[in-house]
Amino acid sequence: MASILRLRKLYYVEPAVKCSSVGFESLDQSPKIDQKLDKREDDVICANNLALEVKKKRKQAKEWRCMDSCCWIIGCLCTTWWLLLLLFHCWPVTLLRAPELPGPGVRLKREGLMALHPVVLVPGIVTGGLELWEGRSCADGLFRKRLWGGSFSEIFKRPLCLLEHLSLHYGTGLDPPGIRVRAVPGLVAADYFAPGYFVWAVLIENLAKLGYEGKNLHMAAYDWRLSFQNTEIRDHSFTRLKSKIELMYITNGYKKVVVVPHSMGAIYFLHFLKWVETPPPMGGGGGPGWCAKHIKATMNIGPTFLGVPKAVSNLFSAEGKDASYIRAMVPGVFDSEILGLQTFEHVMRMSRTWDSIVSLLPKGGDAIWGNMDSSPEEGHVCDFSKKSHSQTSLSDNNVNNSDVKRGFQVKGVAKYGRIISFGKAASVLHSSKLPTVDSKEFSQMSTSKNLNISCGEVWTEYDEMSRQNIQNAAADKAYTTTTFLDLLRLVAPKMMRRAEAHFSHGIADNLDDPKYNHYKYWSNPLETKLPNAPDMEIYCLYGVGIPTERSYVYKLSPNSRCKSIPYQIDSSLSGEDNSCLRGGVYFADGDESVPVLSAGFMCAKGWRGRTRFNPFGIATHIREYRHKPPASLLEGRGIESGAHVDIMGNSALIEDILRVAAGATGDEIGGDRIYSDILRMTERINL
Amino acid sequence: MSLLRRRKPINESSDSKPLLEKEGEEHHEEDHDEDEDDGNGKNKKTPSKIKKKPPPQSKWSCLDTCCWFIGCICITWWLLLFLYNAMPASFPQYVTEAITGPLPDPPGVKLKKEGLEAKHPVVFVPGIVTGGLELWEGRECAEGLFRKRLWGGTFGEVYKRPLCWVEHMSLDNETGLDPCGIRVRPVSGLVAADYFAPGYFVWAVLIANLARIGYEEKTMYMAAYDWRLSFQNTEVRDQTLSRIKSNIELMVATNGGRKVVVIPHSMGVLYFLHFMKWVEAPAPMGGGGGPDWCSKHIKAVVNIGGPFLGVPKAIAGLFSAEAKDIAVARALAPGFLDNDIFQLQTLQHVMRMSRTWDSTMSMIPRGGDTIWGGLDWSPEEGYSCSKKREEDDTQITDQAGAENAVCKARSANYGRIISFGKDVAEAPSSDIERIDFRGAIKGLSAANTTCRDVWTEYHDMGFAGIKAVAEYKTYTAESIVDLLHFVAPKMMARGTAHFSYGIADNLDDPKYKHYKYWSNPLETTLPNAPDMEIFSLYGVGLPTERAYVYKLSPHAECSIPFKIDTSADDEDTCLRDGVYSVDGDETVPVLSAGFMCAKGWRGKTRFNPSGIRTYIREYNHSPPANLLEGRGTLSGAHVDIMGNFALIEDVIRIVAGASGEELGGDQIHSNIRNWSEKINLQLEETQVYSSR
Repeated sequence: MASILRLRKLYYVEPAVKCSSVGFESLDQSPKIDQKLDKREDDVICANNLALEVKKKRKQAKEWRCMDSCCWIIGCLCTTWWLLLLLFHCWPVTLLRAPELPGPGVRLKREGLMALHPVVLVPGIVTGGLELWEGRSCADGLFRKRLWGGSFSEIFKRPLCLLEHLSLHYGTGLDPPGIRVRAVPGLVAADYFAPGYFVWAVLIENLAKLGYEGKNLHMAAYDWRLSFQNTEIRDHSFTRLKSKIELMYITNGYKKVVVVPHSMGAIYFLHFLKWVETPPPMGGGGGPGWCAKHIKATMNIGPTFLGVPKAVSNLFSAEGKDASYIRAMVPGVFDSEILGLQTFEHVMRMSRTWDSIVSLLPKGGDAIWGNMDSSPEEGHVCDFSKKSHSQTSLSDNNVNNSDVKRGFQVKGVAKYGRIISFGKAASVLHSSKLPTVDSKEFSQMSTSKNLNISCGEVWTEYDEMSRQNIQNAAADKAYTTTTFLDLLRLVAPKMMRRAEAHFSHGIADNLDDPKYNHYKYWSNPLETKLPNAPDMEIYCLYGVGIPTERSYVYKLSPNSRCKSIPYQIDSSLSGEDNSCLRGGVYFADGDESVPVLSAGFMCAKGWRGRTRFNPFGIATHIREYRHKPPASLLEGRGIESGAHVDIMGNSALIEDILRVAAGATGDEIGGDRIYSDILRMTERINL
Repeated sequence: MSLLRRRKPINESSDSKPLLEKEGEEHHEEDHDEDEDDGNGKNKKTPSKIKKKPPPQSKWSCLDTCCWFIGCICITWWLLLFLYNAMPASFPQYVTEAITGPLPDPPGVKLKKEGLEAKHPVVFVPGIVTGGLELWEGRECAEGLFRKRLWGGTFGEVYKRPLCWVEHMSLDNETGLDPCGIRVRPVSGLVAADYFAPGYFVWAVLIANLARIGYEEKTMYMAAYDWRLSFQNTEVRDQTLSRIKSNIELMVATNGGRKVVVIPHSMGVLYFLHFMKWVEAPAPMGGGGGPDWCSKHIKAVVNIGGPFLGVPKAIAGLFSAEAKDIAVARALAPGFLDNDIFQLQTLQHVMRMSRTWDSTMSMIPRGGDTIWGGLDWSPEEGYSCSKKREEDDTQITDQAGAENAVCKARSANYGRIISFGKDVAEAPSSDIERIDFRGAIKGLSAANTTCRDVWTEYHDMGFAGIKAVAEYKTYTAESIVDLLHFVAPKMMARGTAHFSYGIADNLDDPKYKHYKYWSNPLETTLPNAPDMEIFSLYGVGLPTERAYVYKLSPHAECSIPFKIDTSADDEDTCLRDGVYSVDGDETVPVLSAGFMCAKGWRGKTRFNPSGIRTYIREYNHSPPANLLEGRGTLSGAHVDIMGNFALIEDVIRIVAGASGEELGGDQIHSNIRNWSEKINLQLEETQVYSSR
């Protein structure tokens, strides 16, 4: 409107010229003209053709305006952003941080502690970075870029390509032809899992404060997808670790090393301890005194000695939160359908090629994890609302625990022993009312195969099972740890055949049986002896006070679409207030991934004193850290966390490690420190 | 039209007024317009009325235009970025091929097709400057930089806190080790030197090509070390030599007993020479590997651009901090070092920092006048750089003869590595009056105390000392060492404890068991490993600094008193900007890179008693044809040669098992043979060598 009015005015001044010149002039002046909005009513003077022309002009002008505003807004935003960024960078570093306590490293340095023993860090599953060394054409340009860890930007760009490269060969559990994905070496392998998400970084930084550096600090990165023995076969990881430890031992004035494994790294290192003393070709040929000579202490953080139930659900239905970090970070990705509606199936196919996950299946069978009717954790009280309560109330709880528990036990709250049950009924009914499961039944089922060819593309072994079998396996049954292994052998025979050549999940009757010299028993603490190193110390450091997955209630998947996973966790099930059932999962005490039982049992009982698993009486210590969520957002992941990974930033834990690395013994740092029911639980286990 | 005419002056006038008045100005404009209307006798309107009704749409002020402009740019940028990301990965290659024709396969792919496979484990030894350094412990000013790269990478911190950075990169100038409270350590692993800065490859291309034929982390090892330290100190402080030994033993053991191929680059060549002596020397000074360690573990040493006999650049670097030894850094940020961001004392700060680095002293030319020439002669005599040297091998000898004939009259006196004034550089030696500086008394500090915050030893010299240095007029390789002793006594005292620059008369002298001789090929014997092979791979065809024309710096107060006389130019004698250049790879002259393999070690000599075979492979430099090629696949420059396809192919063949003969023996483009013949160095054990 404005422009028209204005033009009219102009025309009035000099009509003849105006009509001819309006074309460019109005354009040039439009911003100015607009400002001069004039509401006078005037006679229409200009000719019709002029009006038309003006209309066109106005239209153009308007579009132009819109673009302009867009540009303007973006420009404004950018400028402000840059300004803020500039300010942020100019900001003195100290101002940003709240005045916090000096970290444990600084504190202990003031106490006069110095780097003494070399330190070896052994990362766990998932947290180590993997990089590409040779790939298919779809992975062009990714040479020596991280496929796993880092920013994960490639997952979004080419998800299927990435899955293909991260999978291993289903038959051998090694590289597929033409693809070489290798562990990132060095401290960078697992200091940060993703930018800003620390794993080892905080510990490394604190160690550095005491004077640690590259020559006495080593990250034993390995390809965590492989079975442990395969890391040696393919990458010589054990040989390298051995040579590294020997080198550090010599170059640091003959000081024994302190090994700090985390999560799966604990059983990886257990495997190493056996491997290194075993003669070649199967072992490293270090001789029987190697461990005693080179290792001062093993400080297992959140060790998965007896496995984790999460691995069960992961292998069974790909639903596990074993990869909980990833899920926590990119919650939508795996659940959404970006991979063509079959995210879960793809993930399952990939993770089933990883032998290492099988190493995390619960070990020790019913003797450890409980049978149909009893379990060591029986009577555990879950109070989800209590999570945020202060420590005092929890310790009160501890005192009264026994009485309260007896009360619940009568009701029979959770039968943790049934690690998988189909339907809630199966999870609570008394065992006599349930149909029995035996292996004979399994073998019958597996004979009647019915291959569905139409479901060609995505290959999980479920496709080879007939619908009938799937239902049979599920029909109102409950599985304990032992029978679950049979179930897995049914639903994924090839995977289990491959993996069971590398891992064993039983309990040894007689450890002197020569069969236990085979490497497949080395990572199972219940089937190996600790080395002859009486001066060595073993620590179990783990968080408690977080509900941890312990057993699952399953249901048949409603959509029988081919290629889908036929089972899923019945997430509609939740118990009453005090029941430990939430979303189809029974919870027990632990660090969110590893139940207390798995992390603490060996140190509390299995190796305590001189047992058949620990014939030379290596000293064991339990150090528990009670979880305390960060008070405010500013604290990030907290310095008192007990969660499986976040515990690596727990200052109490870091302090313990630093003290031991600086030469302290277990008794000097305070011996056992126990908050959980681990001692009572272990009493119930009859080994 | 009339409006336009009328408005123009108004606009101009408003533009010429100060910005502050702009707001009001626009109202004035309006007023003018209104007045026009009024003049035409229509409705009356007062300016105040207009002001009461503010324009509903925001004014398009200068700020808005800026924002609009930025917005436009951002949008275009994002659009381009989006397009770039959406672009298929092969697109750039496609474009390149469309322009330049099909690219040759990278050597890794080509040789894989030939059936070559990973065989011998590979050890890389990076050179000076190219390895990354990270912070492990620092002062307050470096907070938040824990385990961040101080050297290599983006160098972002240099710009943010330059003085802090210089402080952390310097070593202690007494001990040559860490200053108190600062620990800067080499980055370990292949990442240490694959890229020096983002996009500037060093080893990355070679690594990628090796990976094509099956190499991976377990068969490749980057022997990263702190290149600022003297070689023996890397063992003292970090046990780097022990780690290299242990890693080589490990790789040999895990690869079925196959010996390693070592690939040192630049200063890494000297470092590895030191290592080979160290590893066989008995503990505690050595590694105690026993006398046959090298023959058991090493198949070949493939030296790339090795400054066996030092580089003249190092002299200029130590003398006046002007050298382009840090050529890489300078090439990246050419204006940066010369700038005045350190409060007018950039060069002094750089000098102070680099003079604490013992390693730079390992590259001072060795062998004295015997190798580098005296006042009146030099091995390269007669070299003419103005000629295009693209002839074949066969023509070279003729050419050389011709050159000699033509240039005899006017040839650069390369032997005079430093001359004060161009006339001195050219005059016959008899005409030069030299006053020996060695006894000269250094005047008591002429520099006032204000300069003391920047420590270079020049402040202790005083004017008398400076004058004495200038009056000696010209320096040959041997007197250079004395010169450096004179101008920087503390630094050289530190350096001579770790390095030696002479020629051994009698190699059996027990004094040569000391580690300071180990990195000098003229004062050590090669290990007893007759099956080993030594290759010398280097680029030729680039003008390389060889001798300098200096002048006194006009303002000798706080600054460095000497500088290169950049005004000195002479087409005929290869003098440009005060620098005489000669054939080489831009950093290392051919003489230094090739002499040992061409003559010093060829056959059974006293430096090579077990007769290790040596091969020379030269690569003629040809610059990249166009920008798309980046740093080129045919380059011969000191660092860029690591991307030279011919060199990579040779390396891959060697690591896959080929011997030097199978590779084709020597490949020589330069005059190295003629030049080394001119050098009169005793090679037989029996005769007693008399110096000059």
